[in-house]
Amino acid sequence: MSLPGESDTGSGPVLEVEDLSVTFRGRGGLAARALDGVNLAIGAAEIVAVVGESGCGKTTLGRSILGLVRPTSGTIRFRGEPLSYAARALKRYRRDVQLVLQDPTGALNPRHSVYEAVAEGPRVHRLGDEPGRVARSLAQAGLRPPERFLLRYPHELSGGQRQRVVIAGALAVEPKVVVADEPVSSLDASVRGEILALLLRLREQLGLSLLVVTHDLGLAWNIADRIVVMYLGRVVEQGSTEQVLSHPQHPYTRALLSVVPEIEHIPSVVLSGEAPDPSRIPPGCRFHPRCPALADGTAAAAGIADDCRGRELGVLPATGDHLAACHLRPPPLHPPAALRESAG
Amino acid sequence: MAVLELRDVHLTYRTAQGPVPAVRGVDLSVDGGEVLGLAGESGCGKSSLVASVLRLQPRSATVTGQVLVGGENVQTMSWRRLRAVRWGEAAVVFQGALHSLNPIQRIGRQLVEPILLHDSAATPRTAADKVAGLLAQVGLPETHADSYPHQLSGGQKQRVMIALALTCDPQVLIADEPTTALDVMVQAQVLELLVGIARQRGMGVVIISHDLSVLATTCHRVAVMYAGRVVELGPAQELFEHARHPYVRALARAFPTIGEARSRYAPAGLPGDPPFPDRLPSGCPFHPRCADAVDECSSVDVRLRPAGPGRVAACVHVGAGVG
Ligand SMILES: Nc1ncnc2c1ncn2[C@@H]1O[C@H](COP(=O)(O)OP(=O)(O)OP(=O)(O)O)[C@@H](O)[C@H]1O
Ligand SMILES: Nc1ncnc2c1ncn2[C@@H]1O[C@H](COP(=O)(O)OP(=O)(O)OP(=O)(O)O)[C@@H](O)[C@H]1O
Ligand code: SF4
Ligand SMILES: [Mg+2]
Ligand SMILES: [Mg+2]
Repeated sequence: MSLPGESDTGSGPVLEVEDLSVTFRGRGGLAARALDGVNLAIGAAEIVAVVGESGCGKTTLGRSILGLVRPTSGTIRFRGEPLSYAARALKRYRRDVQLVLQDPTGALNPRHSVYEAVAEGPRVHRLGDEPGRVARSLAQAGLRPPERFLLRYPHELSGGQRQRVVIAGALAVEPKVVVADEPVSSLDASVRGEILALLLRLREQLGLSLLVVTHDLGLAWNIADRIVVMYLGRVVEQGSTEQVLSHPQHPYTRALLSVVPEIEHIPSVVLSGEAPDPSRIPPGCRFHPRCPALADGTAAAAGIADDCRGRELGVLPATGDHLAACHLRPPPLHPPAALRESAG
Repeated sequence: MAVLELRDVHLTYRTAQGPVPAVRGVDLSVDGGEVLGLAGESGCGKSSLVASVLRLQPRSATVTGQVLVGGENVQTMSWRRLRAVRWGEAAVVFQGALHSLNPIQRIGRQLVEPILLHDSAATPRTAADKVAGLLAQVGLPETHADSYPHQLSGGQKQRVMIALALTCDPQVLIADEPTTALDVMVQAQVLELLVGIARQRGMGVVIISHDLSVLATTCHRVAVMYAGRVVELGPAQELFEHARHPYVRALARAFPTIGEARSRYAPAGLPGDPPFPDRLPSGCPFHPRCADAVDECSSVDVRLRPAGPGRVAACVHVGAGVG
């Protein structure tokens, strides 16, 4: 379990995301800041889980890392090299870094058989022994015996079977990094366990790194070394899985954990207030309109209520330390990009 | 009163390799106001069963048995009647249907349309108000009515699908994995909404989920399927805490407990592979993977038997003093 900056080869993190912002235009002319300054690093053979409210930017982060979304600002680096958007470089890069999409039904071409779906990657990258690779990947993903699935079309598969075809497709090119967006969300406990065990094994045997977006904190507990918590386009807390799950620092993380039935010790907190909207990011701490610590007077007692409402918080750096972006816990924060620029 | 009743429902797909019996005799009923959970292994026939409720099975599938919505048999009714039932009486949130929203129409428009089409008393004004209310109830900011589907996140689309199913005030709502893309907090909000509507309006709800904690906390009763049949049915909490069928026990056990050292870096599964519907093992289809199997299990086709108050389970150990 290497922390970023101390990967197995000693050459720094495999994948780095620095100050990443993505702004979408549209939706009634309003600009939606889906990502608003995200720092993240993944070491070799490291498994990082990204959690956070629906709409907080997790898929946008994954798609940006794969070069499918051009960042408005910020940098993505693979093995120290900034991502190049030239077609050839991207093709090469996507052999090393694979994406498992959130919606398996949308990810599969309805006119492609299972064989064609899984063979696509190996064919594009000319990896040889296509039939063998396809069969192995399917079997690994729990579709056994593979012959029974090869000629089927997506509509002839159950939801969970489709999800496993997508996973098999990503693993078939033997990537170095997999960015997986809710990869086991439609699998029952028994199949889910098998896929997660497979990911752990690939990490051990091949040094696979994994960035896994999930709402399933049990999954994080099962496989992730670190957890990154996002809220409205920013990382608001990060740390080792143990630290974040047993000593959550940020009021949002605490609220999130309080409604997980598998964690019993925290009284349940229900967040009030309007659903967060990236086209209307609140000033000060972006969580303040819904923050239980501000609502119940904890912030006022600490003398920071005005800061919560009006003073911008810095962006968390991509380190392995347990950090939270909250005025209640003063961490060693970087000033946000905007402030740095205006300061020259 | 039962708003949805399934009687000995079978669904078989015809394929080039021969028939695939995906659903093999399911009996279930859902009362108005009741929330029934449906769980089971990937590929055990849950979505196939759902398709039969609104006669949405593909043409390659044959359905037998009775599917009664509000007492009427869906499988034999006229197309005209079926169309009316599909919006007004029973609605389905399909698994992985996130891409089935019209990509070139704004969300608000897509939600308003069925109301105007199926409710003769509705005006554009009342329909728009209703849609605004529904979006707020599923936790979407109002600006999202103006969005196109590609501008929404996975969980936002999933909530639009739920709102869509509720537009015409159905008597029966079936939601197939409705919360896979939702974080725990939004998930709780959406499930509360469904339970609330069920209670207030006497709507019957079926929630399919692989997440047992969701079912245990949300549903009144839960049915668990294996290989095309219900293998255990009972009150939600009891069923997971004291499962009678070995498969259900294994399923409940495989669920990770956060904070427990034993499950850290140790995801639990179930040994063996799920059976293919067209090559089921003899006897109890679970016997090759079952830790409690005895000789009898490989030969006796065990059907559901009483397993305590309001409970049934299909295992030779049930009712025999064991289990
Ligand atoms: N059109 C089809 N033709 C042939 N077989 C099919 C077809 N559709 C589904 N199947 C098979 O029928 C079985 C039941 O599928 P179904 O989609 O009902 O499962 P499910 O319980 O919903 O699973 P999941 O939890 O993975 O969604 C599976 O083995 C599937 O491969
Ligand atoms: N093309 C787009 N145009 C405008 N807004 C967009 C676009 N794509 C995404 N958004 C918005 O950006 C935000 C982040 O979306 P994203 O898909 O990254 O969320 P997510 O964290 O993956 O959510 P979920 O858990 O629901 O999948 C959302 O509020 C979404 O509405
Ligand atoms: S900074 Fe203030 S408003 Fe934000 S999370 Fe911390 S206490 Fe709550
Ligand atoms: Mg997403
Ligand atoms: Mg299904």
